[in-house]
Amino acid sequence: MGKRTIVPFGPQHPALPEPIHLDLELEDEKVVRAIPSIGYVHRGLEKLAETRDYEQMTYVMERVCGICSFGHSYGYTGAVEGLMDIEIPDRAKYLRVIFHELSRVHSHLLWLGLLADAMGFDSLFMHCWRIREKVLDVFEEITGARVIMSFCKVGGVRKDVTPEMLNKVAGVCNEIEKEVRKTGMVFMKDTSVRNRLVGKGILSKQEVIDLSAVGPVARGSGFDNDVRTTEPTYKALGFEPILRDEGDCYARCMVRVDEIIQSMNLIRTAIKDIPTGDFCVPVKGSVPVGDFAYRVEQPRGEGFYYVQGNGTKNLSRARVRTPTNINIPALVKTLQGCDLQDVTMLVLTIDPCISCTER
Amino acid sequence: MGIMKFGGRITKNLFSKPPTLNFLAEPREYTERTRGHVSFDNSDCILCNICGRKCPTKAIHADKTARTITIERMGCIQCGYCVDSCPKACLSMERNYTDPDSSKTVDVFNVPVKEKPKEETQ
Amino acid sequence: MNQEFKEIEYSEIPALAKRMLAGGYRMVQICGVTKEGENELVYSFDKDHEMVSYKVHVPFGTTIGSITPEYWAAFVYENEIHDLFGVEFTDSKLDYKGNFFRMSVKTPWKGAEKKDEGAA
Repeated sequence: MGKRTIVPFGPQHPALPEPIHLDLELEDEKVVRAIPSIGYVHRGLEKLAETRDYEQMTYVMERVCGICSFGHSYGYTGAVEGLMDIEIPDRAKYLRVIFHELSRVHSHLLWLGLLADAMGFDSLFMHCWRIREKVLDVFEEITGARVIMSFCKVGGVRKDVTPEMLNKVAGVCNEIEKEVRKTGMVFMKDTSVRNRLVGKGILSKQEVIDLSAVGPVARGSGFDNDVRTTEPTYKALGFEPILRDEGDCYARCMVRVDEIIQSMNLIRTAIKDIPTGDFCVPVKGSVPVGDFAYRVEQPRGEGFYYVQGNGTKNLSRARVRTPTNINIPALVKTLQGCDLQDVTMLVLTIDPCISCTER
Repeated sequence: MGIMKFGGRITKNLFSKPPTLNFLAEPREYTERTRGHVSFDNSDCILCNICGRKCPTKAIHADKTARTITIERMGCIQCGYCVDSCPKACLSMERNYTDPDSSKTVDVFNVPVKEKPKEETQ
Repeated sequence: MNQEFKEIEYSEIPALAKRMLAGGYRMVQICGVTKEGENELVYSFDKDHEMVSYKVHVPFGTTIGSITPEYWAAFVYENEIHDLFGVEFTDSKLDYKGNFFRMSVKTPWKGAEKKDEGAA
């Protein structure tokens, strides 16, 4: 019987992008149990829905998180449009898809950089973020800001995009794809990277189903719950989910690299097929009584948006359930039985976005 | 061989210029649509305070008795909602960001009384 | 998007969880809504991209059976709702007893008590 100690991990840790606290119960360098607790970045943003009208709430919702900011505004406006029974024009739907996929590319590149940084591979981290800068420059040129874009509004999008800008986006996609293929090879083949990732933190398909995990964590173990499979705009662009069987950290990393390449193809197809027409419809009046739930596939998994109206201009409830919220039990499960040195890798492979979890 | 996969890129980087900007020595280039700060043109303002009602952070508001428009620069999130909803198009979004400061800058703009055009008598 | 909202009683929640697990449903979320005099909870389940949600009215002071014996991952939502709204859950497999969400104010999102109508 070895000696048991409790090591507190976080909230301040060089490998963590955001603060989360884990109490690791160790027996001689093997983790026996991990107990999470959150609440360090809680801002109570959902409560603001009662004092701001539904248009102002868009600006609050997109500031829940910086990395997944476009996904939150996409999901929230989709939910309010469903509640008010508004049909947005096709051009707005395609523009939202293009920007959502660009947002996925930038989020996955950021995550690849953080993974390399946690391993100590600093030059790979810098190169991933250098490639990501091209996407952020595109965002600034079209929407006006690099991170918090304020592009979606209830009824469509705020500004139109000219054909020259769309051609520039397609050019940037070609450049990024070439670089990602080369950098992805480093993650796939380099011995030092493979030693840290292959065979660690294995989740079987049945465990993923029991724990209700979402996103690349589930797709790395072969379970498809990608929300984009049933969305009509994505079906028209020919979307197929990417699945892998191994279930370890390496599989989850490769799912994300492959998703970047897939997003490039989706963006190029959308730019070719985008219809002409209006980019928004005017919206007036207050919110009807009722509720609506909308789901969006964010870079980290399935995001769930629930709004409840009460007849006035303010919503009585606006709820965001983010993918990291439901991946925390999967994290706790993978940490049981792992070595102490693998804890940072396992925490990072679920792509924790704690600001999203705590709103 | 699984090592030196990154070697080609590293040698290329030894002989090219850095991708970062030498900021403060070279100026930053803003794009046409960059949302930097809100500016106010007082020639047509009617002090209706629609901008104050729409602002998500209550950073801008119109004072009817004092005839001023107050903008709290540090509270503004540059969303552009006031610019879109002003009925007389007095507000516009400029490109440069607000400068950093040690106290919360508040800008107050005066709205002068508009003179009625002199009626022509026949 | 396909969605249905159904209403059920709070005493039927553990039986509902058993039914959903046997039917192969995946748990999506549990949400709490602030209302006067009661809390309203929304449970959502998903199977093959089709979603179904159940609304429950929970007056202040009632306890609900936890669904963690069937869906272990629900401990995140149940502890959060306990810390924010003040709803008590029994038979929970992982109960933080109010220490999951670190806050300085207890149950900040609990609604006001229902005002008495009519004079006594």
